Amino acid sequence: MAIDVKNLNYYYGDFPALKNLTFSVTTGGFFIIIGPNGSGKTTLMKVMAGILKSQFDQLKILDRPMDQYSRKALARTIAFVPQMIPVDFPFTVTEIVLMGRSPYLGMLGIEQEKDLKIATQALAFTDVEHLAHRKLNQLSGGEQQRVFVAKAICQEPEIILLDEPTASLDLAHQVRLMDLMEKLKHERGITVVMVSHDVNLAAMYGDRLLLLNKGEMVRLGSPKEVLTFQTLEHVYGCTLLVDENPLGKTPRVTPVPGKYMT
Amino acid sequence: MKPKTPLLLKRLSVISLSLVLVLLIAMFLGISMGSTTSGIKMVFQSLFKARESDPMLDTIIWQIRFPRVLLATLVGAALSLGGLVFQALLRNPLAEPYILGISGGSAIGAIIGILIGFSRFPGVSLMAFSGSIAILLLILVMSSGQTILKKDALLLSGVMVNAFCAAVIMFLVSMTQDSRLHNIIFWLMGDLSMVDIGHVGILAAILCPCFILIFWFSNSMNLLLMGKETAQTLGVNIKSVTVILLVTTSFMVSATVSYCGLVGFVGLVVPHLFRLVFGPDHRVLVPACVLGGGAYLVSCDILARVLPKQGEMPAGVITAMIGAPLFIFLLKKTRR
Repeated sequence: MAIDVKNLNYYYGDFPALKNLTFSVTTGGFFIIIGPNGSGKTTLMKVMAGILKSQFDQLKILDRPMDQYSRKALARTIAFVPQMIPVDFPFTVTEIVLMGRSPYLGMLGIEQEKDLKIATQALAFTDVEHLAHRKLNQLSGGEQQRVFVAKAICQEPEIILLDEPTASLDLAHQVRLMDLMEKLKHERGITVVMVSHDVNLAAMYGDRLLLLNKGEMVRLGSPKEVLTFQTLEHVYGCTLLVDENPLGKTPRVTPVPGKYMT
Repeated sequence: MKPKTPLLLKRLSVISLSLVLVLLIAMFLGISMGSTTSGIKMVFQSLFKARESDPMLDTIIWQIRFPRVLLATLVGAALSLGGLVFQALLRNPLAEPYILGISGGSAIGAIIGILIGFSRFPGVSLMAFSGSIAILLLILVMSSGQTILKKDALLLSGVMVNAFCAAVIMFLVSMTQDSRLHNIIFWLMGDLSMVDIGHVGILAAILCPCFILIFWFSNSMNLLLMGKETAQTLGVNIKSVTVILLVTTSFMVSATVSYCGLVGFVGLVVPHLFRLVFGPDHRVLVPACVLGGGAYLVSCDILARVLPKQGEMPAGVITAMIGAPLFIFLLKKTRR
């Protein structure tokens, strides 16, 4: 198992953000966490990334408890792509991607020939090679997102975590990013774990979905098992139409205007 | 096969060597210029003992100008580096110890120290350090809870902290009619003239370890600019790095303030200039700011000595006249 979560609780002060979660992510899977605002998706992601601290034995990464990993060892195992990163400083794309090598380098992060090669390959993989010498803050949102994915690939991780990577992207960039994740999974065997607001994209790409509500697990399973209108209407509190996507056999969710139960 | 020298090391040595050259030229000019106009040739002769030279000139050079130039180098280096570190940690290109009010806090501490009658080192320096830490904590508390500090809020609070510090300083000055305060106004504007070589030695011993420590964390600063979360998932212990860097920088700044008062905007001008030329990689910027910042303040001090018809003015006057307009320009540019 890539990630094992057992009876995981997480509190912000007294407020329970995650309640007694138990699930596992299979190695080489495409695992997507969905749920309404404030359901604990991002918190869960941050706990899995090691940004927020979990308690002993609640979380195992590659069958080893989280707290047995040093910071650098964890960085070589899990790469995290947060929501938009505002970078005010004029780093070039190559400089950003090379930062992904730092878990393998010393304190000063002095890159060798080999690291440059890995960075170039990562840029080619995410199709931003032509932007290598551009400044990051001159790129569009979609291009920036792919640069950060290239940085994550540079970490040569077993698992990649993404927090709403498609949130601010246009349709073409959304599909492009999701296809990229699919390719990462197939060609490199990397386990992909993603938080998403977009249930339809989740249905098309995820092989297992986890539906959260108010910090609790509502449903875990294939898109067909999770995305039923009974479950979704209850969780999201609005009337939804669920039918089959004309492209395949995945569910398609359409919200019905003007019908919500609050 | 012999491994190639990494690109970064090549770049670092080329940049450092050229800036060492610039610094040496600036220092040489600093030693040769002043109210006593002495030919550059004569200064050369005195410096390298080429022949029996004028003992008067020797005294001026070795006991007045040389310590002063060294002091300007150290202070310029420390302040530039201070600006660089604050800009990285607060992820705000306009942050600077003087603008944030950290220097002002040190000055209050230092003045209280002087009034109590402490010696420059360690008494006044420690008082200045407490002052700067107090202001630093104030800034951190005011901006806590925000992942990215709002630029304008941070700068505004800095302006207010500065105004408050200036008022407290004037209050302290007006309350005492002490001969010790004779030079205080001059000192406040950033005066480099009152030193002997012993003081410079102490300051160097304080600052050089700080420079090395900050360079050690230069790559961590690069990673921190990607955001706290990304830095953490790349293996940076953000808490300890942030605390070490903030305390080291405040210590460095307060040490310079206790020796030569408020020299403003150096930490804004120098890092910006080098970021423009060399890019934002801190592994290059840290040594560049140390060497180039030194050269910059030495040059400003030359202007401060040469421009007035009579006597001289504090170097802080020159740095503020260059720095403040640049600040306004950058503020307009980053607002977009």
